[in-house]
Amino acid sequence: MNAPAPIDVKAATRAFLAQTEEHMNAYLEACVHCGQCSEACHFHKASGDPRHTPAYKLFPIAKAQRAQKWPLKWLGLAPAITEKDLAEWEELIFDTCTMCGRCTEVCPMAIDIASIVGQARKAFVAAGLGPADLLQAAENSRDHGSPLGLTPEKLVDRVEWLADDDEVDMPLDKERAEVLLTVSSIEAMKYPQSLSAMAKILNHAGVDWTFSTTGYEATNFGYLSGKADIAKVMIQRILDAAEKTGAKTVVIPECGHAYGVLRWGAANIIGRPLPFEVLHITEYMAKLKRAGKLKLKPYDTPMTYHDPCQISRRGGATEDARYLLDGFATHFTEMAPTGAHNWCCGGGGGVQAMSRAAPLRHKVFQIKIDQVAATGTDTLVSACANCRLTFDESKTALHWEGKLESIVEIIADHLVED
Amino acid sequence: MTVMGMSLLDFARGPAINTAMAVFVLGVLWRLVSLLGLPRSVDRSRPKAGVPSAPMAALAGIWRHMGTPRGFGPMSMFQVFNGWIFHVGLAVIVFGFAQHMLFLKGLFGLSWPVLPTSVITLAAYVTLASLVAALVRRMTHPVLRLLSTGNDYVSWLVTVLPVVTGLLAVSHLGARYETLLALHILSIALLLVWFPFGKLMHAFLVFITRAETGMTYARRGVKT
Ligand code: SF4
Ligand code: SF4
Repeated sequence: MNAPAPIDVKAATRAFLAQTEEHMNAYLEACVHCGQCSEACHFHKASGDPRHTPAYKLFPIAKAQRAQKWPLKWLGLAPAITEKDLAEWEELIFDTCTMCGRCTEVCPMAIDIASIVGQARKAFVAAGLGPADLLQAAENSRDHGSPLGLTPEKLVDRVEWLADDDEVDMPLDKERAEVLLTVSSIEAMKYPQSLSAMAKILNHAGVDWTFSTTGYEATNFGYLSGKADIAKVMIQRILDAAEKTGAKTVVIPECGHAYGVLRWGAANIIGRPLPFEVLHITEYMAKLKRAGKLKLKPYDTPMTYHDPCQISRRGGATEDARYLLDGFATHFTEMAPTGAHNWCCGGGGGVQAMSRAAPLRHKVFQIKIDQVAATGTDTLVSACANCRLTFDESKTALHWEGKLESIVEIIADHLVED
Repeated sequence: MTVMGMSLLDFARGPAINTAMAVFVLGVLWRLVSLLGLPRSVDRSRPKAGVPSAPMAALAGIWRHMGTPRGFGPMSMFQVFNGWIFHVGLAVIVFGFAQHMLFLKGLFGLSWPVLPTSVITLAAYVTLASLVAALVRRMTHPVLRLLSTGNDYVSWLVTVLPVVTGLLAVSHLGARYETLLALHILSIALLLVWFPFGKLMHAFLVFITRAETGMTYARRGVKT
């Protein structure tokens, strides 16, 4: 067996310090160690392990920042980070944070822990740490177009097959289009009907849209794995494809983090404003409904709706899903808490891609099972394929009897065609 | 008791508190300047339509994190209530007590109506009890034990000492009034010297962090 690669503390320190910025440093200096955030975090709730407290996850980056601060540095009062720190916190920074932002809700100092964890991951990766499967997903994205083997050829294959099977027009590489529709390889590979469902809805509303074989993957495992270079490559592909087709709108499929990165992070990562509007598919469908372009028959199954963190709590699109369900889902019961306060699925932030995190993820799912049970329904609808996959795996592991649905698919199944 | 040829009270009222105030002011300025002078990232993402202006969003953020949002779900409220009690208690004591007001008037020239000493004494006992409860929780709760560092305990100590010495001075307990008053002033000097370097600095930072989070979330159209 090979000896594990040494942990590069210097590279990690450099990466930590490269993040030095007023916003983040204010957060790091402000924590009063009150522990309030622990109860908001699903990982802490599920495990009861004090190490899963959100504030604790920030210790290494805070330590690295303190160690270089004058006069503490000169007086030798602030120790530098060590190999042991990095080894110990690796699991906390990757496996036990979905960057869901729930902790910020209750933090008296309003510390945005999720974004700092995103930054901290870069330093761990620079040190040679990080879950192998997550890093592999990022590399696959760069080298093959997607984390899950959805190469451009495979996309063409899938689209042709779905168009044929579901008898739906699915334009690919149209020269010009108003809307560039992107995909998440999770749906393309695990829930392919989601793709034809989106196509059906856009066609129903008469939208001028296309898929592109050069910019299709909306998920960004570069960002999730702390690999800034890959994050940029993934954004650039969509940017180029959108610019080539002249798209005014890029629609993100059912994927929370894809939306978070493209809607709020992309312009900052590439260093200029995006020349198009980015909308999540729920926002886009709500827009179509507002314009009277979405005609639906009622959906009568008793159901509840799971807000993906990046769409609602950190995306501000909570109301769009409600607007879609209003007058359509006749037996919709909100779970508690809901909207911006909802409990995370446990698989965001790339945690879904880490196989070693699965046991803890399954424990987290119990929170969701209880939430759904309290609504008296047994159908859990969501707007994120990553949440859906996380639920699906845990459902099997925990033998949950409930049903999982996608809001896009149920809407596509209830279109009234003239 | 004498220090440098002065009575302890004169020392406390003179060089000690003056030096402490200078350290406090310069220390706080240094912390703020060294933080606000750091590079700042510009947010180039397109804000949602119809979001509030940045100052409004900042104020909303400051207000919003005063407590747990409605509909958040069960949270143990002890910490939140206890936090409110000692923060309000400290404010009542600092600004509501006649002698404190006179001291501050001497510095800033402003005066305001004060509360009866009996009310202040009661507030001080409540604050003391609340601070003790906070310490017990910090030392017994597994999460807080893990998070706590020397900074947290020192900050607690320098906060509680002025309350204790103040109560002793007002009730003339344990020593001559002059000595008690001197100890009270010295404990405040200690608090002021520690303030900029420890977590008490959160009293300033809280406006920065809450405002920034408020602005980020408002830009995204998040309503919580
Ligand atoms: S962002 Fe979410 S997962 Fe991460 S520490 Fe906060 S509550 Fe936990
Ligand atoms: S709630 Fe905020 S201030 Fe309190 S420990 Fe957590 S991060 Fe720190």
